[in-house]
Amino acid sequence: MDYTLLFIQTLNGVQLGLLLFLVASGLTLVFGILDFVNLAHGSIYMFGAFICASLTYYLGNFLWAVLVALPLTGLVGYFLERIVARHLYDKDHLDQVLATFGLILVLDTSAHLIWGPEGISVPLPAWLDGQVEIFAGAVIPTFRLLIIGTGLVVAGGLYWLVNFTRLGMLIRAGASNRTMVSALGIDISTLFALVFALGAMLAGLAGMLISPITEASIGMGGQIIITAFVVIIIGGIGSMKGAFVAAILIGLIDTLGRSFLDDIFQLFMSEAAAETSAPAVSAMMIYILMAIVLAFKPLGLFPPKVR
Amino acid sequence: MTAMIEIRNLNKSFGGVTATDNVNLTVTKGELHAIIGPNGAGKSTLIAQLSGSLRPDSGTVIFKGRDITTKPAYTRARLGMTRSFQITSLVMEMSVLDNVALAVQARQGHSFRFLKPARNVSSIREDAMKMVRKLGLRKRADDPISALSHGEHRQMEIAIALASGAEMMLLDEPMAGLGPEESKLLIDFLLDLKGEKTILLIEHDMDAVFALADRISVLVYGKIIATGTPDEIRNNADVRHAYLGEE
Amino acid sequence: MKTLSKTGWLTFAVMLALAILPPVFFLTGNAFYLDLATRLVILGIAAVGLNLILGYGGLVSFGHAAFIGLGAYAVGIPSYHATWGGFDMVASYNGLFHIALAVGISALFALVTGAISLRTKGVYFIMITMAFGQMAFFLFQSLNVYNGDDGLTIDVRSELPFINLDKPLHLYLLSYVSLVVAMIVVKTIVNSRFGMVIKGAKGNNERMITLGYNTYIYRLTAYVISGAMCGYAGFLLGNFTTFISPDMMHWTRSGELMFMIILGGVSTVLGPVLGSSTFILLEEVLSSLTIYWHLPFGLMLIILVLFIRGGLMGLLIRKGR
Repeated sequence: MDYTLLFIQTLNGVQLGLLLFLVASGLTLVFGILDFVNLAHGSIYMFGAFICASLTYYLGNFLWAVLVALPLTGLVGYFLERIVARHLYDKDHLDQVLATFGLILVLDTSAHLIWGPEGISVPLPAWLDGQVEIFAGAVIPTFRLLIIGTGLVVAGGLYWLVNFTRLGMLIRAGASNRTMVSALGIDISTLFALVFALGAMLAGLAGMLISPITEASIGMGGQIIITAFVVIIIGGIGSMKGAFVAAILIGLIDTLGRSFLDDIFQLFMSEAAAETSAPAVSAMMIYILMAIVLAFKPLGLFPPKVR
Repeated sequence: MTAMIEIRNLNKSFGGVTATDNVNLTVTKGELHAIIGPNGAGKSTLIAQLSGSLRPDSGTVIFKGRDITTKPAYTRARLGMTRSFQITSLVMEMSVLDNVALAVQARQGHSFRFLKPARNVSSIREDAMKMVRKLGLRKRADDPISALSHGEHRQMEIAIALASGAEMMLLDEPMAGLGPEESKLLIDFLLDLKGEKTILLIEHDMDAVFALADRISVLVYGKIIATGTPDEIRNNADVRHAYLGEE
Repeated sequence: MKTLSKTGWLTFAVMLALAILPPVFFLTGNAFYLDLATRLVILGIAAVGLNLILGYGGLVSFGHAAFIGLGAYAVGIPSYHATWGGFDMVASYNGLFHIALAVGISALFALVTGAISLRTKGVYFIMITMAFGQMAFFLFQSLNVYNGDDGLTIDVRSELPFINLDKPLHLYLLSYVSLVVAMIVVKTIVNSRFGMVIKGAKGNNERMITLGYNTYIYRLTAYVISGAMCGYAGFLLGNFTTFISPDMMHWTRSGELMFMIILGGVSTVLGPVLGSSTFILLEEVLSSLTIYWHLPFGLMLIILVLFIRGGLMGLLIRKGR
């Protein structure tokens, strides 16, 4: 087995996992506190990417663009909460799912109107565009290391938020209960909007970080949202720890599966059979993992407290 | 005197809190056994373990001579045990008659019948209608449950337990929220059932308990501190100290 | 004779219009309208099938497009191999075989995914059904034999006795009759004893369990029936479009299917048909006006959810069902 390739792919898996975590953490945060299913979370991810892409050209630098795009994405989230989401908190999950599905159509078309149908590629500054040799033969793009670093810093920040703040206390208590929140003397209306904005910023950040690799494009939100759902289902909806563990797990399984399943299958079947079945199985692998986890733990690995 | 249900060394705790503490209790066939105790004594937790919606940490539940400790709720129901809920738990969007009919239908075995309209199955309809009449709700048979009053909901809870044909009924605070008039009606209704059904009754209304029960068990902090006839319980020093004395 | 209720009259009127208008348009040289009607009738079958569990059973499945896709591939794959060789076990143009395969495979997929999904409830159920639907999508996307993402053209339609699916009118009439049958099937099921259990479990699952119903088994059965109906719709859709691709299974397709039901009115037999008709017609009109038609479409959906309870059926029939 090629250990250098294994190392590189493991890092790629971690990187994918951390990006997934950024999206899933916002989703689970909003669900945990607001009891709100937001299908349009992926569209915010897409908006983050597009805003960042435009700003990169305007400001001439990707990093400045991210710094300006972050609060802007937060603002998008804030207004979405004020205009649409807050009217849906009292509705059942079917209504929330449908309305946010409608929101996806609106947001994706708006992006189409603003940025056109083509994807926008995002150039990196020279010092980020290079590669780093970690050990002989293991060459990693510098930017991927930046993604991993950023992901870990954000994960650390969320860990602090959940474990050492009052907001975190509410999350851990599984507080979707509005009366309880207001009993603690918090202006819930503002709190909810802020939570929503925070979730939007996290998703937006993921979109910004991925854009130099894939480019900002219209369909990108619809793809990641389902994987993010799989992450929070496996982790346990509402659990930040679960989201982190499951995101890394899925990032690794998906990446390693796509690159090595072929070889593994060839150990016990013909090359031709392995080449046909490996892509099919690796495409389904995270869903199979989800099915297995649910068969044993219907509420995920780290089920939130009874609500 | 044959035992209908036997509870042996039942334990259940949530986190560090013991909700059921080594409970032993036998309810004999035809008995109306009441469980009283202060709020938070673990009465509803006990019912939930008997009906199958909660799994005990340890101990055994024997129903009609069979160990049902690990059996799911629907199996227990089919064996002849049903429960009512403290918070009204009916199918709100269905009519009074349909709610009762569902209970009758459950009694007739499986419902994998796809063709004949349920409303045309006379054996179900007639039984259900009989029960609705008995409750004095004949005129409201086609109204949705949500249109009934709280008192009528409480009556429906009992009616559905009855219509399901269960020999044993676990009643979780059937009088909760009833006015004195309505309570009296319900007490009379339950008095009629005495002897015919085995009933485990959880109730806060002491007048009702002492009027109805053959035997009473007192549950405090998950433990049964006394079991006996109403007179024995009334005169039990421990009970007076732990519970009745406080009121 | 029992007189028809308001809902009954409405159903009668809508179904009569669907029986007469499209063929008349076709015979007077407006083939385009028959095409449109065929599509809305086929999607109507799928919506009626989904409504069995979504409307009556309260189980919000967000993956039903997968069943439609499976049904369509049950036409495409046998037909492909019958033309180009290989996979002798399924290679066939026989329409009855296609139908059996479409219904069988989607029922099996429903059984397996349903058995897992139904162990959960609420949001978990929504997301898991969605994920399983996506699983089917990615599976077919990765199958290079059948052109993966680019999809498969059906060169030869299913061959049925007495019916020639190459003739648009035949295909339409088969679809129309199928829709009527689907509506009758769902109506019969929801009124039966089985249906009472499904509806009761929607309202109060715990109560149903304490009455002695193993609601899991009832729900799984309904889920399988519903999946099989969508698989059958997929059989028709494959023969109608003669082009199938994984895109038919994409989760946004499942979302559209749900949109149709909510638009028409849940827990009614006619609702999904009204919904699919309105959806397809609106899509046609809006997309001919602007390429940005998703924008008003999305706004409509939001407004529908926020302000219009009961969908079109609720608007048309003021007083309950």
